[in-house]
Amino acid sequence: MTAPAMTAAPVASTPARNAPHGFIARLPALWPAAMLCVFFLIPFVIMVAFSFYHRVEGGLYQPAFELDNYARFWSPLFTRVLGFSLMTCGLAAVFCVVAAVPFTWFLSRTRRPAQVAWLVCILSILSLSEVIMGFAWSILLSRSAGLSNLLVTLGILDSPEAWTPSFGALLMGLCFIGFPYSVLMLYPAVNRLDPEITEAARTLGASPLRGFFTVVIPSLRQAILATAILVFVFTLGCYVLPQVLGKPEHWTLSVLITDQAIYQSNIPFAAALAVFLVLVSLALIGLTLLLGQGRRR
Amino acid sequence: MSRVLSRLYMGLIGAVLLAPIIVIIGVSLNEKKRLLFPPQGLSVTWYGEMLQDPEWVGALSNSVVIAVLAAALSVSIALPMAWYLWRWNPRWGRALYTLGIAPFILPPVVSALGFLIFWQIVGLYGHIAATIVSHGIFFVTLPLVNIALGLASIDRAAVEAARTLGADERTVFRTIVLPSVRPYIISGYAFAFVLSLNEYIVAYMVAGSTVETLPIKIFNALRYGYTPVMAAVTVLFVVVAALVFSLVAWRGDLPRLLGATRPPR
Repeated sequence: MTAPAMTAAPVASTPARNAPHGFIARLPALWPAAMLCVFFLIPFVIMVAFSFYHRVEGGLYQPAFELDNYARFWSPLFTRVLGFSLMTCGLAAVFCVVAAVPFTWFLSRTRRPAQVAWLVCILSILSLSEVIMGFAWSILLSRSAGLSNLLVTLGILDSPEAWTPSFGALLMGLCFIGFPYSVLMLYPAVNRLDPEITEAARTLGASPLRGFFTVVIPSLRQAILATAILVFVFTLGCYVLPQVLGKPEHWTLSVLITDQAIYQSNIPFAAALAVFLVLVSLALIGLTLLLGQGRRR
Repeated sequence: MSRVLSRLYMGLIGAVLLAPIIVIIGVSLNEKKRLLFPPQGLSVTWYGEMLQDPEWVGALSNSVVIAVLAAALSVSIALPMAWYLWRWNPRWGRALYTLGIAPFILPPVVSALGFLIFWQIVGLYGHIAATIVSHGIFFVTLPLVNIALGLASIDRAAVEAARTLGADERTVFRTIVLPSVRPYIISGYAFAFVLSLNEYIVAYMVAGSTVETLPIKIFNALRYGYTPVMAAVTVLFVVVAALVFSLVAWRGDLPRLLGATRPPR
């Protein structure tokens, strides 16, 4: 959950050379490859296999190849949760990007010391645990210590109100953790923009605001779309916020997966849900990559 | 006019970003065991309690042990990999690099479930080693990308010159590569460390009931009601994150680490 911009970092771009022979010389590649295969790839494959297993009452399971776990998706509960997750995370992604584009643009134009300070702040908030975010927002929206007290003091409200748990609180929380992510995703693209293009727009008589909407936004179109999709995938994976800031009817797919795995001990069904979540995410990420290639051409 | 607008907008966003943190700091300073804001009476008793309660101290030490070792494991995987890909650029390099990026792109709950099933089969489910290795793999992307950026900044001509003068692989690595990428190794470690400290879902799924980390402890405590101690722990997290990233920014080029190709004014 962090510095997503960095995932676009370059791999070596030199022409291929003759790779060395022998075990020792290849060790620097073998060790990471082995670690990632054993502890990441194999668990993933096992999980996919488990999604076809048969569940036996009492929290056990036996090897099988059946699609029952996937067939369970067509229950009203699951379709409701899926629809709710997609809708909520979609909304959060849109809000995040709408707020982050002008912010990142302004940020890239601030002087270096201030810019670094902002980046430290953004990174710190990004790195904070979802648990801590959920806790902080539930306090901020609570009756005893929340914003509503401020509104009472200002005379806008008659008595303090509790604003959590609610859908609004959940959406706010998701936007809050999605926002730093969006900024760091947009940062390299915005930074790469030539500052002269807005100056050119201004010379031609466009107001700064008009220049922003007619020049900056269109040249960032691909990056904006990619950010929206990745923030969507990112918030789809949120597990704690829906439980802390939402009511049970606001629980998302991620909560359902953990609930099935830990509390219902139904690992095959949890695995099927996870595989489904991966497919949705991969489809969206694939879309982003396609868009990225369109840009390069 | 655009300057005023920019200041206003950034100020507004800054206020929203800082609001929860300010409220948490305020709440943590309450004198009585109540979560009020503004706080009633100022005291730091809750910070003292956090450092005395064996449960919080235990969670804190678990978190720190896991983060220190997991970040080291991440770097130990990322450094040779990034170096090998940079030095030899093998045909399967992109596949290996993608595998290193994957844990970061997939929804964490998916990786967490994969780890859970894997450790159950291996028999280390609920053991601290499972959490350490899982975090080490889960966060490998951060040092990997950092170090790859550092390697990309090395002047190939210098490497060629050293080779022409008879330097072997080891000497080139020691005298050119390592000094250039050292800041990137450190920032990669720092990123992995802070994120491991804050990570919840993997730690919970892999060993949540036996190895309690701070985020797990906070989440469990949330169910039994809120206390100012939790606010104090939260403040601790914010301070550690801000401190580590300030250090990274002070020692290294943060805008560049985050993908800026054009240096800020």
